[in-house]
Amino acid sequence: MSFDRQHEIHTRRFGRNLGVAAVLLGLVAIVFGLTVVKVTHVEFEVPSAEASQ
Amino acid sequence: MSMSDASMITRAPTHEASFGDYFALLKPRVMSLVVFTAMVGLFAAPMPVHPMVAFSSILFIAIGGGASGALNMWWDADIDAIMRRTRSRPIPSGKVTPEDAKAIGIALSGFSIVMLALASNLFAAGLLAFTIFFYVVIYTVWLKRWTPQNIVIGGAAGAFPPMIGWAVATGGISLESVLMFALIFVWTPPHFWALALFMRNDYDDAKVPMLTVTHGRRSTRNHILGYTLVLAAVAVGAGYTSLGGPAYVAVAVVLNIAFIKGAVDIWRRDETDSEADDFKVERRFFKLSLAYLFLHFGAILTDPLLAQLFGGTL
Repeated sequence: MSFDRQHEIHTRRFGRNLGVAAVLLGLVAIVFGLTVVKVTHVEFEVPSAEASQ
Repeated sequence: MSMSDASMITRAPTHEASFGDYFALLKPRVMSLVVFTAMVGLFAAPMPVHPMVAFSSILFIAIGGGASGALNMWWDADIDAIMRRTRSRPIPSGKVTPEDAKAIGIALSGFSIVMLALASNLFAAGLLAFTIFFYVVIYTVWLKRWTPQNIVIGGAAGAFPPMIGWAVATGGISLESVLMFALIFVWTPPHFWALALFMRNDYDDAKVPMLTVTHGRRSTRNHILGYTLVLAAVAVGAGYTSLGGPAYVAVAVVLNIAFIKGAVDIWRRDETDSEADDFKVERRFFKLSLAYLFLHFGAILTDPLLAQLFGGTL
């Protein structure tokens, strides 16, 4: 079944998809930011097994 | 139409949920309190935290708090449908199905705990996990429908966020973080009992054993005064640890005098007085309780901020 005209449900779904997209983008930005902070921190050390490879 | 038919209709989704309906499952107003108190706990700690780590940690604590809110709404959907205050929540209003709420709650709980462990430390993540467990299992599932002390013990769940914030910075617990916990823990009963006094029949209709229902409204007024006196001792006492300073002590003294006065006013009234002015004193006390908590936690940050601004001369 399809709707000929833009139905209210389409607007709501679009809003929901936009919300999920914003949350996912925010998550990527946070994980990226956290990773940068963690690896540039003075206490950060590469595990010895990986460092010797 | 039988009662079960009516409840089935109430719980059936009437339309596809919007993003905002799912967000409402996380109890945004409670989340804002979690964010604020966790932030104070984190910044009041003596160890500096990188702004990115601090931001992410507070976000994950807030998501954990929201997840427990969603699980609470899933379990309590039957009660929420009866009470006027909660009738428009996403599940009883038919916008989100209970199964969706449960799935979102469980998924976000796991996500927030793992992410907090990665962003800060295992101890803080463990505390967050315990907080979610405490709110959902101990309070929502077990105590809320069983004992009139539900609010007292359940208040502990709301009291953990500043401790988690402190743990993010220090990796542990100290007297100061326990005092921040105690401040919210002892504040919760008078706050909710004042609400129960003027929300009248809501809890009664939902068969939730609130103190007003099980022990009567006179006893509730006595309890409000008792807890308010203990709260004043905890709040002013905290001013003499490293949490306090001149600004905190000044704020604590003024606020606690006002709060005790409000509790005494409630204690001196009976139902006839309250009904005559539509619970004016009880409503005022409830509003004051919100400002009380906000200003106390704001004051905890004021002294270190002033010390930094004036180069530690205070």
